[in-house]
Amino acid sequence: MHDVAPINPWVALAYLVAGVFFILALRGLSSPASSRRGNRFGMAGMGIAVVTTLLTHELANPIEVLGAIGIGAVIGIVMARKIAMTAMPQLVAAFHSLVGLAAVAVAAAAYLNPGAFGIADEAGQIFTVSRIEMGLGIAIGAITFSGSVIAFLKLNGNMSGAPILLPLRHVINLGTLAAILGLIGYFLTDQSPAVFWTITALSFLIGFLLIIPIGGADMPVVVSMLNSYSGWAAAAMGFTLHNTAMIITGALVGSSGAILSYIMCRAMNRSFLSVIAGGFGADASAGAAGAKEQRPWKPGSADDAAFLMSQAENVIIVPGYGMAVAQAQHALREMADLLKKEGVNVKYAIHPVAGRMPGHMNVLLAEANVPYDEVFELEDINGEFAQCDVAFVIGANDVTNPAAKTDKSSPIYGMPVLDVEKAKTVLFVKRSMGGVGYAGVDNDVFYMDQTMMLLGDAKKMADDIVKALNGGGH
Amino acid sequence: MDFIAIFSIFVLACFVGYFVVWSVTPALHTPLMSVTNAISSVIIVGALIASAAAGSPLSKWLGLAAVVMASVNIFGGFAVTERMLAMYKKKER
Repeated sequence: MHDVAPINPWVALAYLVAGVFFILALRGLSSPASSRRGNRFGMAGMGIAVVTTLLTHELANPIEVLGAIGIGAVIGIVMARKIAMTAMPQLVAAFHSLVGLAAVAVAAAAYLNPGAFGIADEAGQIFTVSRIEMGLGIAIGAITFSGSVIAFLKLNGNMSGAPILLPLRHVINLGTLAAILGLIGYFLTDQSPAVFWTITALSFLIGFLLIIPIGGADMPVVVSMLNSYSGWAAAAMGFTLHNTAMIITGALVGSSGAILSYIMCRAMNRSFLSVIAGGFGADASAGAAGAKEQRPWKPGSADDAAFLMSQAENVIIVPGYGMAVAQAQHALREMADLLKKEGVNVKYAIHPVAGRMPGHMNVLLAEANVPYDEVFELEDINGEFAQCDVAFVIGANDVTNPAAKTDKSSPIYGMPVLDVEKAKTVLFVKRSMGGVGYAGVDNDVFYMDQTMMLLGDAKKMADDIVKALNGGGH
Repeated sequence: MDFIAIFSIFVLACFVGYFVVWSVTPALHTPLMSVTNAISSVIIVGALIASAAAGSPLSKWLGLAAVVMASVNIFGGFAVTERMLAMYKKKER
């Protein structure tokens, strides 16, 4: 039997180095220029952690272990190569679910064979501290798993993005959470399998219940939150195994996800609790539809848009989730290139919650070869709309709605928005006039004198503008 | 190591995480998620210990299953991050 408790100092040092490399990996992401070096640090840290573990534990069957790593490596690399950039949110959700399930498996394995982990006395009684860590580890892991599966199904379109509201859901959720915590407390006095597996089952259930009432556009918060949970699960396992690499990583990932959730909530001016409570946008759209009045709006064509933009000095492009759905990023970049050739100054303005996960738009634009120094965050570019000739909004809606600044009764009041209405001309690419944004509120920008609505599929519209800019047939 | 020593490392690492993550540029928030995902799969260490240990066959198989899942994440997470980061380019002047 191996003993983990008296740790060889060199082994502990190796894990500490791995932990430091993980810190450097995140540090590298402070700028795109240093980011790839950061990623290499991450790989090196992981290599150190895995090799150290393999060298310091006698492998009962090395072929099985190396085979398992090999199978995982092939699946992982194939997925990473094949995935479309627009499907990134689903992939991240799928990866989170694997971290969660792996944490559950490790916690269960530790429960079944505590001696191998050095967390039990001679009689097989698991140490009290280890029971808390194990209970929390399996609970957080299970919540991460089932929550991420639901997030994956919603993001992947296998399940409607609409919130599913169970009656009495707050009572059920709080009751289940209380039961889990109570059972972890009881687990300290009774380590019988019934207690352990009930904690596991209830945790799987609560992960599922927590995510089903959350709507599609709140997904950036959910994905960030699950990211955070996967970190806390790793940290809990690190406590169980007394492993510094796992604890440092868990703390890093946990805070990373928590900060991203905070940034996303702030960008929507909603509290974290109200997002978690869910149901946003469920009945607002019904109310808005009933009260909708017919207001005049000005339609435009791709030719009009091409003409207006080629005459402009400054154009700011505002992409949103609709651009991702239509896969319009390449056509959009082509359009911007042609405009630049005509001497137009083109910039991109990104709202923090545009898309389905933090930074979603930036990745798509990078994929389409848009240089990152042409892409600006909300606070850096918002002052420039007043001086710009054309704001070209493609697949975004709520993030441009001035009601967030003026209308106290609006559900999106207080949310920071891009000031597109200050531009001399607004070109608004939208599928149809019927649909309102996710929040179910009408956007005054549609009806302004300087706004031209370009109705149609985002990609087709961008393609048509490219054709018109090339002088195609006119 | 006693609990307090480990707990101290954890608390300090949370502060390090807080400051490091705030310095990440928003343009790289998606790669941040994929790379944190890859590094949180360091739980493979626990999975390896379980799969290497003799004693409980069920524990061993759970460990091996966890090794597969964590490896998917490690290789997939780092590879997809690398792929994304390679796309971020500066303006050609």
